[in-house]
Amino acid sequence: MTMLTILGMAIVTMVPRFIPAFIMDRLALKPWVNKWLNAIPFAALGALIFPGIMSVIEEAPWVGIIGGLVAAAIALLNVNVIFSVIGAILTVFLLTM
Amino acid sequence: MKEEVVMETEQSIGSAFKQGSLAGMPIFLGYMPIAIAYGVLASQSGLTIFETTMMSVLVFAGAAQFMAANMMAQGALFLQIVVATFVLNFRHFIMSMSFMNQLKNYSLPWKFGLSLGLTDETFAVSALHKKETNKENSMFFYLALILTAYFSWIVGSFAGALLGEIIPSQLSDSMGIALYAMFIGLLTPSVKKEWRIGVVAVISMLLNFIFSEFVGLDTGWAIVLATVVGSLMAIPMMKEDDAS
Repeated sequence: MTMLTILGMAIVTMVPRFIPAFIMDRLALKPWVNKWLNAIPFAALGALIFPGIMSVIEEAPWVGIIGGLVAAAIALLNVNVIFSVIGAILTVFLLTM
Repeated sequence: MKEEVVMETEQSIGSAFKQGSLAGMPIFLGYMPIAIAYGVLASQSGLTIFETTMMSVLVFAGAAQFMAANMMAQGALFLQIVVATFVLNFRHFIMSMSFMNQLKNYSLPWKFGLSLGLTDETFAVSALHKKETNKENSMFFYLALILTAYFSWIVGSFAGALLGEIIPSQLSDSMGIALYAMFIGLLTPSVKKEWRIGVVAVISMLLNFIFSEFVGLDTGWAIVLATVVGSLMAIPMMKEDDAS
């Protein structure tokens, strides 16, 4: 039964992923549609970050926020994303000690 | 940013693959702790090592796998888990529309194959490497990026299922910030170059907050709606060649 559930999950995850592969080239894209599609990554990143980041430590929302600010500060230095990740993990680790 | 004239720069398959793996390294490192945490949780929820690992192989969607493991532990029914997974992962449909537009010059088998590897992270990193599509054999760049992430996700899940509770909880709690930090680390340089991008991101943050906290939508629908409305509001703000 568990494997069946996993297969069901796989199908409902896969289908929305691949449908655009079949439909996107049939649409003649107007400039505004192009602008919209180009903006999606940034809108998605925003929605993925907040408010989810406040639930990193369920009982202390500010810990996630501070970790995120540290990640942003490091990213401003134009270094690899990895350093933002490590910096944020360390921050949360220290704040929850 | 200035859009380049579409003329393919020469590039060997091997070099495209190598560049793609390098671009995927931050995802590799970001996924590893999360995947281990998932493996630990899934095995605590009563899944076997095989089931835990196969879920990563077949589903490859972090948040949904955490949710499913939790739901299984609580004895949720097949249909509840599958519907919840659909809702949570529907955002990939919106992301895939953007990704497929980026890959519009590829053949259908390539588009189909690469679409299957779309996650929040592989999508975000690919979108920030839009210029790769001007190079020869660039499909191998995206393939390697996705495979690097996929490999990390599967290996991490397997390791987590094996290790069980060896990892101290304070460390695994701290790892929970990893993917958020990656999203922020990916977004910040673009905002630094073009402030309008920051406005778009903040608008969809606020929309997501309103939809999830005040309107009471499921996390999945709140993210989908915030992404769609936020990016639509960006249309009058963005220049044609932004976001490259």
